[in-house]
Amino acid sequence: MGEKQLMKGNEAIAEAAIRAGMTCYFGYPITPQNEIPAYMAKHLPKRGGTFIQAESEIAAINMVYGAACTGARAMTSSSSPGISLKQEGISYLVGARLPAVIVNIARGGPGLGNIAPSQADYFQAVKGGGHGDYHMVVYTPETVQEAADLTMKAFDVADEYRNPVLILGDAILGQMMEPLIFKEPSGRKFDKSSWILGNRKGRKSHLINSLSLSEGVVEQWNWELKKKFDLMAGKETMVEEYMTEDADVIFVAYGTSARICRSVVNQARKQGIRTGLIRPITVWPFPSETIAGRAKKTKHFFVVEMSLGQMIEDVRLAVLGNATIHFHGRPGGGVPAEPDIMKQLKEILQS
Amino acid sequence: MAKKGKIEVRIEHCKGCGLCITACKQEAIALSPADVTNSYGYPYLTMINENCTGCTMCAIMCPDQAIDVYRE
Amino acid sequence: MKKVYERNNIAFDMPSPYCPGCGHGVIHRLVIDAIKENRQEDNTIFMAPVGCSILSYTYLDLDVCQPAHGRTPAAATGIKRALPDSLVILYQGDGDLAAIGTAEIIHAANRGENITAIFVNNAIYGMTGGQMAPTTLVGQTATTCPYGRNPKDGQGYPIRVCELLQSLGGVTYAARTSVHSAPNVLKTKKAIQTGIENQMAKKGFSIIEILSACPVNWGMTPEKANQFVANEMIDYYPLGDFKKDGKIIQRSDH
Repeated sequence: MGEKQLMKGNEAIAEAAIRAGMTCYFGYPITPQNEIPAYMAKHLPKRGGTFIQAESEIAAINMVYGAACTGARAMTSSSSPGISLKQEGISYLVGARLPAVIVNIARGGPGLGNIAPSQADYFQAVKGGGHGDYHMVVYTPETVQEAADLTMKAFDVADEYRNPVLILGDAILGQMMEPLIFKEPSGRKFDKSSWILGNRKGRKSHLINSLSLSEGVVEQWNWELKKKFDLMAGKETMVEEYMTEDADVIFVAYGTSARICRSVVNQARKQGIRTGLIRPITVWPFPSETIAGRAKKTKHFFVVEMSLGQMIEDVRLAVLGNATIHFHGRPGGGVPAEPDIMKQLKEILQS
Repeated sequence: MAKKGKIEVRIEHCKGCGLCITACKQEAIALSPADVTNSYGYPYLTMINENCTGCTMCAIMCPDQAIDVYRE
Repeated sequence: MKKVYERNNIAFDMPSPYCPGCGHGVIHRLVIDAIKENRQEDNTIFMAPVGCSILSYTYLDLDVCQPAHGRTPAAATGIKRALPDSLVILYQGDGDLAAIGTAEIIHAANRGENITAIFVNNAIYGMTGGQMAPTTLVGQTATTCPYGRNPKDGQGYPIRVCELLQSLGGVTYAARTSVHSAPNVLKTKKAIQTGIENQMAKKGFSIIEILSACPVNWGMTPEKANQFVANEMIDYYPLGDFKKDGKIIQRSDH
């Protein structure tokens, strides 16, 4: 166990990535994630890695694509508009079965929006974003500690499935300072020798691509990818339940919204209101079973998001009509306020 | 006296583009008649006389690596 | 008799995947000849672009990476930074390099990425069926400039890539060659060899722009297409070195 440190979320993610063995980072400036490339520029070359400030987010994700081809652990980060630019590359990473870690420290949109925290990139993160049938594990850390832990885990999961992994945070997570202790990386080794490029030494040539014009090949390829996605869905779902056992109302919220809801739950409990929180830690795969299980008993689910309501669709699918779903959302960089949520909670209980 | 040469054509690799013929200064090569083709339906390169000097110009121009060249 | 010219077995034993008379076949062979002569078969990573020459991965027995359209220089950057001792060959067409991937090629060149770019300029989009390319000549027709490319009509001017890139500090070598005739094929071979030697000596970014015919999409016989290169293309795209050992070659072409 390391020592306790005080760090910004962005810096914690960067440091965790380096500790996880990431050697190739490619980025482009955009607020509110600028501390990540700055940290990488300062520390990564000294620790044996490569940092490039790319000419664009598109170039950065494609540098990741290239580095990943060699078996190196590669990463890029950006914020919402930049992540939109990376969607082409993410689709190609999935299509070519390349591991990579992508960090989205999301900001208000649509368009250039603002630099305030937002959860309006949920659809983009979990429903595709890029073209084609694909999924990737999407982690939504709530704290700086969890951001560091999940960053380390993300590299293992990416390597295990040969698939990109997204860390979805927001401006608050990226900018706030919290104490954390860096855990030891897992040390898991992944044998990439059957597919990586370079240092061929007499073996058969390797090809990394995502194209086939022969009939049926891409369809078959998609069926194989589906098997992988199903495996990921079965094994990689992460969720936290907080005081849900006896709850009359269960909040469903992730990331910064979950922090706020946790505080509301604590206040409400002091007032004798039985409420709890289901916090998806992965939003893909989505913890539908946990929600469905609770929906057998709890009649009210209260979704809180920093958007006009995106995750609510997945909650609705999980609940399948077995409970009433309520919503509180703030779009465009607005942050839900605890008194507003508390007021709405009491209205739900009185209805 | 010019050296003697010859070519061997990989008939199945030849697409009958004829760039080798343009490059050949000895007028030693031509395409097969239109009704004599390889399995892809292309007429292919043939030697038509003994003029070949093995200069390799035909092979240098061949986009399909269809020609091997020999020289005395 | 002695065999004086034989097939390079880095290419699989199959017909090339290109149309009859297409310049890609010749250029592929020149590239693999240089790879072989430098004994880099096991150390090469060949970057196949989007465009006709994406098919190179079906033909070449090399480690091949195939990135998104135009992103080849960025992906090659990632590869080369991760494996600095590998030989990374970019193979790009005019649409890939000079249109959709303009930003990527300029910045890879400007960073002086230690890679070798083979830029095949055939003045047209081949794989998608003959659309106007950034290098289509003024007056030349294509499916998307059916009346001939007309800069006065908002279709822009043909981009001279070597002239554009030569000013960038990271570029050590820029040359334009052609494969329309045997002597020019041999000059192209030499230029490719220089580009590869530069990379092995870690000199930075080299680009060899190669004028090449697309008989099918130009609607010409292979012979006529090569004459078009000789008579029309070279007039606008002069051949020769534009930069060598990091020094701009003063020319009186333009």
